[in-house]
Amino acid sequence: MTPLLFIQQTAPHGSIVGQEGLDACLMGSAFADCALLFLGDGIFQISGIQNTQLLGVKDYSVSYGVLPDYGVTKIYCRDQDLKNRGLVLADLSISLEALSDSAIARLVEDAAQVLTF
Amino acid sequence: MIFSIAIFAGPQNSEAPLSALLFAKAVIAAGHDLTRVFFYHDGVSTANLLNMPPQDEPNVTKEWSKFGQEHQLEMLVCVASALRRGIFDQTEATRHSKPAANLAEGFEIAGLGQLIDVALNADRLVVFK
Repeated sequence: MTPLLFIQQTAPHGSIVGQEGLDACLMGSAFADCALLFLGDGIFQISGIQNTQLLGVKDYSVSYGVLPDYGVTKIYCRDQDLKNRGLVLADLSISLEALSDSAIARLVEDAAQVLTF
Repeated sequence: MIFSIAIFAGPQNSEAPLSALLFAKAVIAAGHDLTRVFFYHDGVSTANLLNMPPQDEPNVTKEWSKFGQEHQLEMLVCVASALRRGIFDQTEATRHSKPAANLAEGFEIAGLGQLIDVALNADRLVVFK
């Protein structure tokens, strides 16, 4: 059982929710085994072609790169979400596994607590 | 059963803090344990003493203050989220040279690690967002 599952569901920068969700995930990794799932537009948070200089905001997505150093290796997205957005795993800035809907259902079922952002 | 509540949205534009309060009352009325509530993301705005909703609308900040004190709840407000949104207790106000503190009574500033602690040590964590 995974003690903590974090789910990122929103595109970055329009709201600070993704940044605070990542902060929570990094903090969680200090206490317990964590998994991270990107759903829907949440997948855009790890798009490899972001340029936040044009927006004048901080590019917090670089912090996703430290997840392996924090021991977070269970990182997933939804296969169909990639397809619907014309993305492939190579477009993303970190390595992760694309899951089927049934695998995602098992992931959520297997988590003791789920925090969605 | 040990319940914990996390609130991720503020009273200005979301029903979440009010729904959470009603849920908290139901949890206690049913005889379960509820000792900690964590306010994160926009939820920290619930702790802003300066909130002034119109008189014919509920003052969620005041109601959480009253309920939390009555039941001796730990009402933990994430420090990073709070400072970003202009919510300070006296210690933080002094540290950052702000002219005033505005953390409502019964709430306390806490680290994000407390959210994880709250999540890991509850039978059920219920998030309102």
